[in-house]
Amino acid sequence: MKKVVEGSYAIADAVRCCSPDVISVYPITPQTHIVEHLSEFVANGELDCEYINVESEFSSLSSLIGASAAGARTYTSTTSQGLALMFEVLFNVSGMRLPIVMTTVNRALSAPLSIWNDQQDAMAARDAGWIQIYAENVQEAMDLTPQLYKISEDPKILTPSMACMDGFILTHVYEPVEFLDIEKVREFLPPFRPEDVLDPEDPKTFGAFADPSWFTEFKYLQYQAMERAKKKIAEASKEFEEVFGRGYGGLIDTYAMEDAEVALVAMGSVIGTIKEAIDGLRSEGVKVGLVKIRSYRPFPEEELKKALKDANVIVTIEKDLSMGYESALLTDLKGAFYNSPARMPIIGFAAGLGGRDIGVKQIRGIVERASKVKDAGIEAEFEIFDVKPECL
Amino acid sequence: MKEIRFHGRGGQGAVTAAELIAIAAFEDKKYSQAFPAFGVERRGAPVMAFTRIASEPIRIRSQIYEPDYVIVQDVTLLEVVDVASGLKPEGKIIINTDRDTKDLKLKTKADVVTIDATKIALEKLGRPIVNTTLLGAFCGATGEVSLESINKAILSRFSGSLGEKNLAAIKTAYEGVSR
Repeated sequence: MKKVVEGSYAIADAVRCCSPDVISVYPITPQTHIVEHLSEFVANGELDCEYINVESEFSSLSSLIGASAAGARTYTSTTSQGLALMFEVLFNVSGMRLPIVMTTVNRALSAPLSIWNDQQDAMAARDAGWIQIYAENVQEAMDLTPQLYKISEDPKILTPSMACMDGFILTHVYEPVEFLDIEKVREFLPPFRPEDVLDPEDPKTFGAFADPSWFTEFKYLQYQAMERAKKKIAEASKEFEEVFGRGYGGLIDTYAMEDAEVALVAMGSVIGTIKEAIDGLRSEGVKVGLVKIRSYRPFPEEELKKALKDANVIVTIEKDLSMGYESALLTDLKGAFYNSPARMPIIGFAAGLGGRDIGVKQIRGIVERASKVKDAGIEAEFEIFDVKPECL
Repeated sequence: MKEIRFHGRGGQGAVTAAELIAIAAFEDKKYSQAFPAFGVERRGAPVMAFTRIASEPIRIRSQIYEPDYVIVQDVTLLEVVDVASGLKPEGKIIINTDRDTKDLKLKTKADVVTIDATKIALEKLGRPIVNTTLLGAFCGATGEVSLESINKAILSRFSGSLGEKNLAAIKTAYEGVSR
């Protein structure tokens, strides 16, 4: 069934189709509508699950640790300050290898207070040991939900995951989406039956003290699981396509890359606007293409090197800053190419911070700047885009 | 692709109107997208909402800067917002007012369509809520969505006598501006 609905409703319905046993969420703009729709489903008897009302995001994720360790399929969602409040718990979840799935609605972090979209929140949690996949549109964010359970709950992976979707831009948009069929989701996603669970009959300890003779090995195993997740993410995407007929590529996807001289690299909802800009530029003869990063963690190093090897210049466009050293994706991408035979200029722009709109005009401006790099060399490796001098 | 920009004041239902056009366009077998100019909600403050309608899937996610159509729910916004900004010369602007077009002193080459939606809404709904009435005017003045689909969208949101009253307001506005 295809209908025009709000993005948040579509996500809530996708969660319903995954039949979680326990949901624990705390509302925060612009994620609130997801919470409201889920609580409606539970109150109306459309979703049979334990819905825990909590007093903070710290509690929402902490309560899911217990539930997940007891063998329940769990769900939460947050954004921005809420994710920041969860920071300590994020590491506990991944360290205990609990396959919790979270919709991370991307929003700027204070101060100054901003309720608007960028991706600083998830980026700040980059090293927390969670799989992070970014959605281009509502349909992809929706379809990611069952895929993430499938990936996270795999006994060889057991790693929590985030479906990242841009706040307001995707949570508050009305657009046509194909709804998931709960029977088909059940076929795609088997019930969660973990081997190790908290059980009074067979007591076990999760997340216990590890002295220096053990800690490295815990982290080694976690790192290996994240490496294995690369293959699993691509497999889950393919299996989803087989059942539902909608595919998104694997860890990355490409657009107009065949003979691209300028290659843009981005993630999230800006991808759609970039594609629109590329169509216009291509019709004028500008050889520009796009690599869309779906999985940011694990980082698709090999796939990126393959997709970008023939580009003359690579340009990252991202909605985050690492104060003191450029933006995270730019650093990661340069790292991926450093020991590679293909060595082209790589430059990056931080754009769309705190909800600053990115339109076709802005993308064209970035491509124009990048096109000059081949002949004139790199003017600036990194730039915060669209700064208004009159506001400084 | 056709792009529509709504200007209203917080509480007047600009966002709902944008969504209802998107639902109606989908009923007409088109692709659509509606979203607000995300802000901190304040009743009475100037707000914007946007709708895109196309025959292909819509990918672009930016705000609308060069609309084909502009809908103004409250004529007093003309004093504080450049409502005709970027409006295409071949486009249309639909304004809720009882004043004459020439008195509005709008800087645009586009067609200006005026309708006293407040009067219609008071008559048909008993309340000065003009967002649905203006959908009838949009439908009549542009033909971008069918009246039948607008009505369907309205009934999906408002049931019973409230739905019927809205349909009556829409019909009056539609007939008032039809080309």
